[in-house]
Amino acid sequence: MIATLLAQAPQLPFEAPVVDFHALAPQIVLVAFVAVILVVDVIKLEDAKRFIPGLTGLAMLASLVPVISLALHGADRSLFGGAFVVDNVSLVLQAMFLLAGYVVTLLSSNYLAEGDFWESEFYLMLLSSMLGMVVMCSARDLVTIFVALELLSIPAYLMASWEKRNLRSNEAGLKYYLMGVFASALMLYGMSLLFGITGSTLLTEIGASIAEAESSTPIVTLAIVLVVVGFGFKVSAVPFHTWAPDTYEGAPTPVTAFLAVASKAAGFVALVQLVFVGFLGRTDVVEPLMWALAAASMTVGNLIALRQTNVVRLLAYSGIAQAGFMLAPFAVSATNAADALTAVVSYLLIYAAMNLGAFAVVIAVSRKTQSGEISSMGGLFGYAPGLTVAMTICLASLAGIPPLGGWFAKFVVFRALTAADTPAGYVLAIVVALNSVIAFYYYGLVLKAMWFSPEPHGDSTPIKVPVSLVSALAITIAATVLFGVFPGLIGHFTGNLGGLLSFAGG
Amino acid sequence: MKDFLNDWGITAMVFLPLVGAVVMMLIPKAEEELHKTLALVTSLGVAVIGALLALNFDWDKSAELQFVVDKSWIEVIKARFTVGVDGIAMPLILLTLLVVPLVIIYSWNHFPDPVNPKAFLILILVLDTGMLGSFVAQDLILFFVFFEIVLLPMYFMIGVWGGEERQYASIKFFLYTLFGSALMIVSFLALFFVAGAQTFNMTELAALVQSSEVARTTQILIFGGMFIGFGIKVPMFPFHTWLPDAHTQAPTQGSVILAAVLLKLGTYGFVRIALPILPDGARWWAPIIGGLACVGIIYGALACLAQTDMKRLIAFSSVAHMGYVMLGIATLTDFGINAAIFGMVAHGLITGMLFFVAGSLKERFHTLEISRLGGLLKQAPHMGWVLGFTAMASLGLPGLAGFWGEFPAILSAYNPAPGLSVGLFRFYMFVAALGTVLAAGYLLWLYQRTAFGSPKDEFAHEHVHDVGTAEWIAWLPMLVLIVLLGFLPVIIFGMTSDAVEVLAQALAG
Repeated sequence: MIATLLAQAPQLPFEAPVVDFHALAPQIVLVAFVAVILVVDVIKLEDAKRFIPGLTGLAMLASLVPVISLALHGADRSLFGGAFVVDNVSLVLQAMFLLAGYVVTLLSSNYLAEGDFWESEFYLMLLSSMLGMVVMCSARDLVTIFVALELLSIPAYLMASWEKRNLRSNEAGLKYYLMGVFASALMLYGMSLLFGITGSTLLTEIGASIAEAESSTPIVTLAIVLVVVGFGFKVSAVPFHTWAPDTYEGAPTPVTAFLAVASKAAGFVALVQLVFVGFLGRTDVVEPLMWALAAASMTVGNLIALRQTNVVRLLAYSGIAQAGFMLAPFAVSATNAADALTAVVSYLLIYAAMNLGAFAVVIAVSRKTQSGEISSMGGLFGYAPGLTVAMTICLASLAGIPPLGGWFAKFVVFRALTAADTPAGYVLAIVVALNSVIAFYYYGLVLKAMWFSPEPHGDSTPIKVPVSLVSALAITIAATVLFGVFPGLIGHFTGNLGGLLSFAGG
Repeated sequence: MKDFLNDWGITAMVFLPLVGAVVMMLIPKAEEELHKTLALVTSLGVAVIGALLALNFDWDKSAELQFVVDKSWIEVIKARFTVGVDGIAMPLILLTLLVVPLVIIYSWNHFPDPVNPKAFLILILVLDTGMLGSFVAQDLILFFVFFEIVLLPMYFMIGVWGGEERQYASIKFFLYTLFGSALMIVSFLALFFVAGAQTFNMTELAALVQSSEVARTTQILIFGGMFIGFGIKVPMFPFHTWLPDAHTQAPTQGSVILAAVLLKLGTYGFVRIALPILPDGARWWAPIIGGLACVGIIYGALACLAQTDMKRLIAFSSVAHMGYVMLGIATLTDFGINAAIFGMVAHGLITGMLFFVAGSLKERFHTLEISRLGGLLKQAPHMGWVLGFTAMASLGLPGLAGFWGEFPAILSAYNPAPGLSVGLFRFYMFVAALGTVLAAGYLLWLYQRTAFGSPKDEFAHEHVHDVGTAEWIAWLPMLVLIVLLGFLPVIIFGMTSDAVEVLAQALAG
């Protein structure tokens, strides 16, 4: 039976695919470091703890080297029949993920060493998740996207529940896991429909196929909605955001920073590729859907954030609102593709810097206060002026106040929306404008506590900030301020992303 | 020298305060004297550069931008670092250059609680950069950035060094202004795309809107966004409610800067951006602006009559005075706009002075409840006379600066620009004239209750210090200028008239 089947198979000679190792080098470096860390951990056991954070940081920086060399080399590269593409979008985002990962490593090292945590395994998880993200940047195929997504999510589920004897942390991990699996299932269902209709898993082919007239069937609509909804969970867009606040609050704070920045960004990267390469032919579905998700996320996220008393939960809801701002350009993704793409990518880069900075301050302050309540930050200006100024910069940037990075992020979103010159675009621009005002109120609550309120327990001993946190703060604050004063830097990276769109056009 | 000023003058003037602030950040907090000296030297340095610019300014060509610097800034969105000064901006820049050092001198031994001169002075210097930058910016995005830079320092100044209700007042100030600027940036962008522009340069945008004939309805809508943005900052009725709270709670220095310069950012925005770029929108909105200005004049005056707190009363008088400025602008004539710019400078000097006096009174009596004050002329005669003099200036007494802001503004409403309803504006003129009577009423009544009579029992036996040295140094230049501008209004009118004439011609279509 099998023999007959095999006999029917076309007798083609086996051809080894040509692999461009330079294009894969960032991923290969990360895999190599994962292996090294695993071995070091197995051989040195307890002694390994001293090396592993350093090795992890080194891994992130080492795989930046091929990213830079690829960027200098310039030409776009396409591997595996177009399933894996290295272009400007991919490189800029890879660099962002690796730097964000480096900062998360800096945030984690003292936190883990001083708490009751498994250490070496944590970094292994972090690196594996990072590998998933770096693959995601180049994935232009449904299967590759899905594999990358699972590779980055599964370690994150574990990391969220890393504080083993803490019920909140367990709850965080479990909620995140269940919601994540549910979202994956929805997304897979949508992907299977897409494959069924178009007969391909390559985004470019899907794009070409659904752009044709007869493809405007309800099935295609359903498939797109399901896939977008699946990623809606990942980026914590309303109404799929319910896991985020509990997970953020319960998870160890460095992990929260990782989820809020890197993991969310990975969801956006996938959306960018799906929408701008795959779904541009069906703007009648994508634009209204994204419009609704964006408006709902920023409004609901902001309104709930107003009532928060815990700074991590507040950042969680602010993250939901920020996701809304980042989704907004998708609502004009077809009418104004180039600007929308630039807006999303620029926002991601700036958001990563300012949000990681805010988490770094929260981690530094809670070393002393052992609390995440906003009130516990009272009087910070009195005993830790440096941290206060750093937090002020991050929050003001999140609120979009010039001359800090966040203003340019909001500005490119406004620009994408108004340049589309459609009524829907203008209305959404005004919704964004109103929401950025609401947002300042709750960022203002934290500022108020730090600057205006007295220290709640009258304890004004200064905070000892370890070197790793200082470096994390230095990197993020410098990036936030530089991006704001010289937005040209961002423009330099994100001004030339047309390569991605040319796939869509072709 | 001239070359340096041409290439670097404005940039140096705008960013020198920031350099001073960074240097001060690196010096430990305990070195208070050093901080004060550094801040003063920086602000004087800025004033010297500004004075050199003014001396080298070619007054025969005051309608043109001078000392223009046009450098690439954010390529990707076509925003450029474009700065320049013309006759409209010059008086306001000089006002800022004067007020900031005076505020620092006044602060010398008047730091409000919690003292911390380092942080306080750093905030003032950052404010200085933001204010000067807004007045020189010739690119919409650059203007927006400077306009926003002002917010945070003021927020902290009110919130940290303010009075009892400071937290409420500071967040209210911030949210109101942020709301306005969010709509403002959307309208800037809408303008950019509707006009199909390749630049945010104000002059080029104005020319482009003229030539491309952007539809009137579109102009009206975009002007509406700017109207809310600038109107909140002015503040115009009904967006004024943040002002009394912010002024009352702010420390004296904050009130002075707020009244003298920050409010002018709003009116300056109208004159510099909204009117020249969107003349059709301006003509549609002018009757509405004029109407709201008149409501503001009467409402502000009536509210003043009802106040029991001196600082709050001065704050409401600001609403009324800015109403005259807006009325002048709303006529869209060169007469009215000249009067408006004069009004901005005069209001800056006079109301700034009133807040200085109020601050000094508060420091001596620990209250500004009008019913508890009295007999100031007996207890501290010099301060009593200064208060009286400033109140007279504020009510628009001829011979003092206040007169030249109000009277021509009222007069200009008699003959508004062609296309505007003459009857309506003459009605506005009548209402505004009525406002001057009310202004005399509340100011004289205030003066009578605080300065005349004998001190109330609770303060009768206290020794009250009269005006101190630092106060004299800070106040004299302002008092002298109030008289000087009152006798020689041509100083300001001479600076502005050419530039305003060009603007008015564009508005006349």
